[in-house]
Amino acid sequence: MEPVRTVTGTAVPLRRSDVDTDQIIPAKWLKRVERTGFGQGLFSEWRADPEFVLNQPRFAGAAVLVTGPNFGTGSSREHAVWALLDYGFAAVVSPSFADIFRTNCTKAGMVPVQVPAEVGDALLAAVEADPSVVITIDVAARTVGGAGVSATFPLDDFTQWRFLEGLDDIGLSLRNEDEIVAYEASRPAWMPTLP
Amino acid sequence: MANKVWDSHVVHHAEGQPDLLYIDLHLIHEVTTPQAFDGLRLAGRGVRRPDLTVATMDHNTPTIGLDLPLADPISAKQIAALATNCAEFGITLYPMGHANQGIVHVIGPEQGLTQPGMTIVCGDSHTSTHGAFGALAFGIGSSEVEHVLATQTLPQHRPANMAVTIEGDLPAGVTAKDVILALIGRIGTGGGAGHVIEYRGSTVRSLSMEGRMTICNMSIEAGARAGLVAPDETTFAWLAGRPHAPSDVDWGAAVEHWRSLATDEGAVFDKEVVIDATALRPHVTWGTNPSQVVAIDGVVPDPDILTDAGQAESARRALTYMGLAAGTPVREIRVDTVFIGSCTNSRLADLRAAAAVVDGRHVAAGMRAMVVPGSMRVKAEAEAEGLDRIFTAAGFEWRAAGCSMCLGMNPDQLSPQERCASTSNRNFEGRQGPGGRTHLVSPAVAAATAVAGHFATPEDL
Repeated sequence: MEPVRTVTGTAVPLRRSDVDTDQIIPAKWLKRVERTGFGQGLFSEWRADPEFVLNQPRFAGAAVLVTGPNFGTGSSREHAVWALLDYGFAAVVSPSFADIFRTNCTKAGMVPVQVPAEVGDALLAAVEADPSVVITIDVAARTVGGAGVSATFPLDDFTQWRFLEGLDDIGLSLRNEDEIVAYEASRPAWMPTLP
Repeated sequence: MANKVWDSHVVHHAEGQPDLLYIDLHLIHEVTTPQAFDGLRLAGRGVRRPDLTVATMDHNTPTIGLDLPLADPISAKQIAALATNCAEFGITLYPMGHANQGIVHVIGPEQGLTQPGMTIVCGDSHTSTHGAFGALAFGIGSSEVEHVLATQTLPQHRPANMAVTIEGDLPAGVTAKDVILALIGRIGTGGGAGHVIEYRGSTVRSLSMEGRMTICNMSIEAGARAGLVAPDETTFAWLAGRPHAPSDVDWGAAVEHWRSLATDEGAVFDKEVVIDATALRPHVTWGTNPSQVVAIDGVVPDPDILTDAGQAESARRALTYMGLAAGTPVREIRVDTVFIGSCTNSRLADLRAAAAVVDGRHVAAGMRAMVVPGSMRVKAEAEAEGLDRIFTAAGFEWRAAGCSMCLGMNPDQLSPQERCASTSNRNFEGRQGPGGRTHLVSPAVAAATAVAGHFATPEDL
């Protein structure tokens, strides 16, 4: 993945909780065999409503999605992250994320910014009131700020390092090749294998 | 127990880094793998252990007309991509029409590939199903699928542990599905986040493997990373004689290892929940996430009485989407369609439970009802018992295996506003087709509802 050090831009306020990945990218879009082009499917059912927040021109061009708790619940489809990235988002701010969605973000280069509920509420209100509010996320400092609100967010050292350096996860694991080989030699012979 | 399985799979540990875990079994299907195989090719990498990888086609596959070309050319392309990728990288594939084909979480246990103490992953959130055997099994995204294909390992942060203890005899008509729906109703869709849930207690011990799979399957709907149950005689009896189970020579050593996995006496969990099974009733979801659920004897709840503003707003949206009014008795909600299937409830025991209810009866006038067995093997076994004839005589369609109407990636979908009693796992907006309205229920309630035309238990008939 490409390095991600800071994300700076305006935001879209999505005032909903428990947004599931079936809404982020409905199943009919999952038939594609490519990694690109999912932006057009982002929230496609909700975008059928002209009032839906993504359809409002005042929020066009945003880099950050600010939303309610338990974002990304449900299906493991990484296509949800690809759709957000392809649409133009580089970070999602939420009081909590579903586990698989959060991991998928960190693999695909999207910053999951988990903030205390009151910070999330304040940012949602600020962006709803003024779409020109700029939010800045600093991966090295683990901070998010904008509209007079600032907070730190959790990001483990290893994932932060991968974001900052744009490192390939698989390459990192393969540095432990010797240990993988040794582990394989220790596995019981009766464990199942395919022909 | 989760810690024991974890510790025995750590390939590399370093402070400040996720543990590198060895993966014993990687299940793959057509939807979440094409981009992973492309990634391998781009980087010039191969599949490290094709012998620990097994593929099937399930999400897109039609359940009728298997001998015909796929109606949807995009689905056909995705299915063809899996076949090409498996051939190129030497991976065993159970394709459409194969006797071993089926939903990935049905065929793993069925083939004996799922065994206690293993680490199992799949690019599908319902991989938690395999935890019923005491395996540490969890869903992953496509980048992680590529990682496992290339290295047979995954870097993972150790999850916290949560105990869900369920005690007492289940009342008549109350099933494993009702237990897990009740739990999700209580702790919410994020209640298990960051945790592996271990299901314990007398109720769990007396459940069949199918029942345990149903509960572990929906751990993800509680937000948990995985769910598991300590292996016992029920587990060993299920595994004995399955195609990939240990041979007679190795059986003793394997069972000895499996017995050692149980959580030690006095172990401390990060979170604990206790459920009194004797007080449970059949459950029906009324909203658009699985925590929006009530007992069948109840009414559609009033969002205004919810204290959390976000939950109240979510409930209002859900009632609008579902076309329901607060205060409506659940039994008075009329249903258009009944779907019996999915990785949650499509195994032989589930089909037997539903068939027992509809035997000698007929679905209500205008009702669309279908049964989609979880695998071609389940289908064959059910047919050998005559279950297919019971269902078709009652007015059900009897289909071939696949994910089908659980997520509507194949032609089996709901129309806008069509109301469905479904034995699947997700009642999200549009899950079974754009605009469709899903209510999650057990196979017994689904069957009784098909006959009654509105939500009902077998005792109501």
